[in-house]
Amino acid sequence: MKDNKVQITKNKSLSKVDEKFCELKNNKKLALMPFIMAGDPNIEITSEILLKLQENGADLIELGIPYSDPLADGPVIQVAASRALKSGTSPRKVIKLLESLKGRLNIPIILFSYLNPLLCFGFEKFCEIASNAGVSGLIVPDLPLEEAYKFSKIVSNHSMDLILLVAPTTPFERMKQISNHTKGFTYLVSVTGVTGERNKMENRVENLIAKLKDVNRNPIAVGFGISTPEHVNKVREWGADGVIIGSAFVKRISSSSKKDVVDYVGEFCKEMRLAADQKE
Amino acid sequence: MGKKRIIAETGAGQHGVATATVCARFGLKCIIYMGAEDIKRQSLNVFRMKLLGAEVKVVNSGTATLKDATSEAIRDWVSNVETTHYILGSVAGPHPFPKIVRDFHAVIGEETKKQCFEAFGSLPDILLACVGGGSNAMGLFHPFVKETSVRLIGVEAAGSGVDTDKHAATITKGSIGILHGSMSLLLQDDNGQVQEAHSISAGLDYPGVGPEHSHLKDIGRAEYGSVTDQEALDALRLVCELEGIIPALETSHAFAWLDKLCPTLEKDTHIVINCSGRGDKDVNTVASSLNI
Ligand SMILES: Cc1ncc(COP(=O)(O)O)c(C=O)c1O
Repeated sequence: MKDNKVQITKNKSLSKVDEKFCELKNNKKLALMPFIMAGDPNIEITSEILLKLQENGADLIELGIPYSDPLADGPVIQVAASRALKSGTSPRKVIKLLESLKGRLNIPIILFSYLNPLLCFGFEKFCEIASNAGVSGLIVPDLPLEEAYKFSKIVSNHSMDLILLVAPTTPFERMKQISNHTKGFTYLVSVTGVTGERNKMENRVENLIAKLKDVNRNPIAVGFGISTPEHVNKVREWGADGVIIGSAFVKRISSSSKKDVVDYVGEFCKEMRLAADQKE
Repeated sequence: MGKKRIIAETGAGQHGVATATVCARFGLKCIIYMGAEDIKRQSLNVFRMKLLGAEVKVVNSGTATLKDATSEAIRDWVSNVETTHYILGSVAGPHPFPKIVRDFHAVIGEETKKQCFEAFGSLPDILLACVGGGSNAMGLFHPFVKETSVRLIGVEAAGSGVDTDKHAATITKGSIGILHGSMSLLLQDDNGQVQEAHSISAGLDYPGVGPEHSHLKDIGRAEYGSVTDQEALDALRLVCELEGIIPALETSHAFAWLDKLCPTLEKDTHIVINCSGRGDKDVNTVASSLNI
């Protein structure tokens, strides 16, 4: 990992996500952030998978709340969301699950949800119970920047971070605004398109990371399409601070039996941890 | 823009055929997303699109109707936005689509205004149109929104009835939500999951509605009603017999509203109905429902 000009030290006003990235930066480690869908195949197994991911080297976990019309997702996560809805997963159940893991699940949990279920629940009310359940951040992929300011305030008032996304097609001025308003880290979408495994990382991601680094010192986590140790290596070489791996995990969950799923996903997490820690 | 690839979603296939037509005329690659359910019930339009050189992509996800075709088109668009232009078919979707589509469809209202002055020497009293996503209604209404003497009425699909779980009466029964990038009324459950819509007409079978309709309803400028599948079928038959016109099933919903509306009106009230489409595409559905 490239050297950081200034070392950031722990500070009272830092959020849990900030602290995690500081700690990782100081140890020169790349943040490993698996994404899984809550309730896929059911909420009990999600609970076991979360603990296993923590045990096997995840630094943060992005936990999806299922939605009927996931516009930013490819087929793998779409199907996972349908399974999760079939198993009766709702925002409230996801929060209950996290409450039940308090004290055992200690790494930062970031909830990924489309806006409508949160609005329907009551955005502020949702932030309150999520925060009480120990959630550290929120990602809302269909929330445009223009609307994000007021929501970000609410999220921050509840001691969580609203993490904003930048895409390869985002114009530079807008990229700057997003980067200056995101909390915790900047989520760099590595492809023009939806979630799903890709064979190759687009080379322009390197340039995008450099551009974001010129704007400010936010940590940058790269997601969408990342699915192999080679991809993880590239992201580290290009100077990002974290990787988010979604469909590759979700596919493993859907393709294994309920009996084996926790271990199988755990093994994959270990493999990705090794890739993340590889030294140049 | 220099883009050579065009995508669109379609429910009844009308917008798909229109898009395929311009693409053929201007030599552009054309991909149309259409739900598997709609491909079955609107086979004539599927054939027309293919004949015009478009590729029709079958959408099997979700309810396999217009909502899911729109979602797939949006996914294609975000993936290929650098080379592809998305021609959205209704006044729905993310900004600025509702505005673009309204402004283009406003030719309907402009023409209506002109013809009304020619025919009656005045504005019409009532404008009537069916509402799926709401484009034909919005295009008709738009030049009249400030003419407050003109009543604007939109008619939604009540499917098997608005008190069943099989309808598409979004404005009548929906609550505020977000679908396809706009906030409007929406058919959704208690957890904010989008619900299935149901209508015999593919073009009205959509759980959302263009945001400007929700606004017109909110401020009391437009009124919205709904008619069932059966009422629409009855109206279709009547219009065929009385006028020699085979209206589309969507359009038949607007006609069916006359049954409820006319008894409340004074003699010589001028009503304009937007004949949004012809029923050739629907003859199979109608034949099996009417046992002709
Ligand atoms: C003939 C016809 N009328 C009406 C509609 C409904 O669309 P909108 O509400 O956008 O006018 C459709 C949609 O496919 C249609 O085919």
